[in-house]
Amino acid sequence: MRYLPNSAADRARMCEAIGLRSGEELFAQIPAALRLNAPLQTPGPLSESEILDFFRQAASQSSKDYTSFLGAGAYSHYRPAAIDMLLSRGEFFTAYTPYQAEISQGTLQAMFEFQTLIAQLTGMEVANSSLYDGSTATNEAVLIALRVTRRERVVLARTLHPEYREVCRTYSRNLGVALEEIACAHSGQVDLQRLEAAIDDKTAAVVVQSPNFFGAIERIPEISQVAHNRGALLIVAVAEPLALALLRPPREADIVSGEAQSFGVPVAFGGPYAGFLATHEKFVRQMPGRLVGQTKDADGRRGFVLTLVTREQFIRREKATSNICTSQSLCALAATIYLCLLGKQGLRRLAEHNLAKAHYAAQQLASVSGAELPFPAPFFNEFVIRTPGDARKVLAALEEEKILGGVALERFYPELQDHLLVCVTETASRQAIDRMAKVYRRLGRRETVMGEADLRAAPAGKGTRG
Amino acid sequence: MNEAIPGARPHVTLDEELIFDRSGPGKTGAELPPLDVPAISAVEAVGGDYVRPEIEGFPEVSELEVIRHFTRLSTWNYGIDTGLYPLGSCTMKYNPRINEVVARMEGMATDHPYAPEPLVQGCLRILGETARCLKEITGMDAVSLQPAAGAQGELTGLLMIRAALDDRGERRGTVLIPDSAHGTNPASVTFAGYHVRNLKSNARGCIDLAALESAANEEVAALMLTNPNTLGIFEEQIEEICRIVHAKGGLVYMDGANMNALVGVARPGEFGVDVMHLNLHKTFSTPHGGGGPGSGPVAVKAALEPYLPAPVIEQAIDGSWKLNYNCPKSVGRVRAFYGNFGMAVRALAYILAYGPEGLRQATEDAVLNANYLLHGLKQAYELAYDAPAMHECVFSDRRQAARGVRTGDIAKRLIDYGFHPYTVSFPLVVQGALMIEPTESASKEELDRFVEAMLAIAREVEDDPNVALTAPHTTRVRRLDEVTAARKPVLRWQPTAETE
Repeated sequence: MRYLPNSAADRARMCEAIGLRSGEELFAQIPAALRLNAPLQTPGPLSESEILDFFRQAASQSSKDYTSFLGAGAYSHYRPAAIDMLLSRGEFFTAYTPYQAEISQGTLQAMFEFQTLIAQLTGMEVANSSLYDGSTATNEAVLIALRVTRRERVVLARTLHPEYREVCRTYSRNLGVALEEIACAHSGQVDLQRLEAAIDDKTAAVVVQSPNFFGAIERIPEISQVAHNRGALLIVAVAEPLALALLRPPREADIVSGEAQSFGVPVAFGGPYAGFLATHEKFVRQMPGRLVGQTKDADGRRGFVLTLVTREQFIRREKATSNICTSQSLCALAATIYLCLLGKQGLRRLAEHNLAKAHYAAQQLASVSGAELPFPAPFFNEFVIRTPGDARKVLAALEEEKILGGVALERFYPELQDHLLVCVTETASRQAIDRMAKVYRRLGRRETVMGEADLRAAPAGKGTRG
Repeated sequence: MNEAIPGARPHVTLDEELIFDRSGPGKTGAELPPLDVPAISAVEAVGGDYVRPEIEGFPEVSELEVIRHFTRLSTWNYGIDTGLYPLGSCTMKYNPRINEVVARMEGMATDHPYAPEPLVQGCLRILGETARCLKEITGMDAVSLQPAAGAQGELTGLLMIRAALDDRGERRGTVLIPDSAHGTNPASVTFAGYHVRNLKSNARGCIDLAALESAANEEVAALMLTNPNTLGIFEEQIEEICRIVHAKGGLVYMDGANMNALVGVARPGEFGVDVMHLNLHKTFSTPHGGGGPGSGPVAVKAALEPYLPAPVIEQAIDGSWKLNYNCPKSVGRVRAFYGNFGMAVRALAYILAYGPEGLRQATEDAVLNANYLLHGLKQAYELAYDAPAMHECVFSDRRQAARGVRTGDIAKRLIDYGFHPYTVSFPLVVQGALMIEPTESASKEELDRFVEAMLAIAREVEDDPNVALTAPHTTRVRRLDEVTAARKPVLRWQPTAETE
């Protein structure tokens, strides 16, 4: 087998050296009744070219020829070639967690840079060196708030990513924590009155996302005031961190959690991604996950180490701040390289392109008779549109044009029937947007002909939702 | 070094600064195509209150500077590609290159998690086939690939145990854990809302049946054990252990971190284990990446299947794959989307490459390598427990400690000999542990060199302990001041910060 370096002769010599007659004797400790006496029923062996064929075949059954307007927590952005070239250096991707600092300075310095970049983007003082993903990072932020405040209630905006909320529910279920969700206002933003009513002296944290799941940008200073008035912490989740290149960072938050996938990590059917967690210095000892700190070596040279490790499970065991051991180092490295390549101005320009394209698309689609932008709040590169007629028909018609037209919101919000979440990044050309609008117009006309009265009576579009 | 030219160094990589120090106004490493829609003003589009000024201190560098920066940083790392990486319990095996190629393929790396199922059959198939292979390898009945890493797999498994006991109307509060367990085990137990009760190991480093018998009662939700355990010893009494726990109505969780000792040789599903996790980044060769991403699938017996995190992947009669969200008993979601899909791609490529016979051979080689090292080192280092090894062996620094040299010092000296150290000071049940796992990827020649280095260090310790105590002597930086790093944490670069 090509990955195994020892020959049959090597094995025989090694067995002889340790006094074994055969390899089978190595497993004498395992009771005979538990030892397998037949080969596993797994496929293979395959040569390298056969492996390539297998995955090519699988990859051919994909949506790769489609123009995608899907976002909702996983964003398509162009990935510069340099990223994979650098990630492919074996010293990076075949290394372990940098516990042996003297021979891990490369990973450590890169993670120190990642922590700095995330802190700069989020407007926070410190960031850790990544967590599993945006959903689990948000959940860890909730756990910090519970520890810091010693309270047991958490208020989640219903416009926090539905799957982030699900993760929070799974983790809180057995910890005696009550989660409450609040619907959004007509604007698509957090309803401040509802929020105020939902918070009491037992509320540990308020969790909002910005831009939220509907794409609406939240008014963080106002939300912060409402949360802080009752002594609750404010957690701001960021699923599309490119927005932070253009939008005011959520400085009033106590913790900013989020997803760095947009920065050079492939969409890859949902993972692996890189969660991030940023906060104020005063909470740093409550943070989960790995932290890299700058220090000096015995000769006074600058170097980096994993630090504040007494928070972690391998020291504290059942009293640790989290059970997390693994971070997402290589994905965080991809994000670091990406942010360095784009840089201060490149990232800003990219954000402006996203903003312009999304607004162009929103305008084109909303101008179609029967279509409507239900939420007036400002947005970045993602927005909700009510489709002219049945959203499923719109999506099917778009699929025929090789377009993935958005995420049907009904699956997460039953009251938002015939509403799509549309994401427009720099990867969508004007031509593709125009083609999408053309399909809308075609269907919109048909809807108009088929009965304007029905459309006006459609339930969605008014009232509180989300 | 060169006193004629102040600041000169023998090699460019010695002084690579932080990227922020390389920054210069107006530089960029990426350019965009022309905007093909009308440009809009951010202030007009979203309102002035929402727009930020430029990000102070954000880097501005050219593409070449980025390439050089990270290339230089990479040379300060040691990877599996550099040489033997015998970290015990981490299974640092070769990361096949074809795995990286297929994971980056268009159609594998590009599908969106919310794309319509008929258009992502390739990705769904990879998830389905990987789960099917893992079921076969573990002898369990169902697998979820959703947990992002081993510790999350542990938590998921414990939540499933809890849900199953709740369904039986049983409120149990304790999970038993042997004292040799990995730190994530007790931490996961806490986050599942249970209390930890430690079980003392017996003189052979294994679970003490009498102690287990007296600890097992109707309060115990589960026993969480690692097999082979962290000492590299197979729990020979595993069937009896499971019987004792089951007799009191508890369940058995197996930490599959050491599955590299068992693939193709024995299946936990036949031991009596109810739920376990696997680490794709250990046993199935997905790269550790400098600390992630990992992947920690959970595998369960049929009785626990209804509790798996939703959605679960299923194959229809017509051969198509789908995600089933209708799982009323599910413990819920532990991560957004479907887990670290890219890791499943690599793990499946690994399983396909080996085939059944190859997988067994890899296991045999891993165990042979560990026993070969054990044999070569036991003359100079004290074995923690004198039992045959599975995939790893554990020594104590007792002999060297008598000369003032600890396991951590020996590890640092090993760096000078060109090796990555073994795992230091774990498991905790061994005084000054040296935990060594060569994996099947180490050749006999490399193992011989490693043994020579370890024997040479043992001699040095006798002759002059100071050599090890001040090691490493050959690295770019020497031992780093961890105490100051923790006392006055500097966790980010600041525009005003003093840099060297």
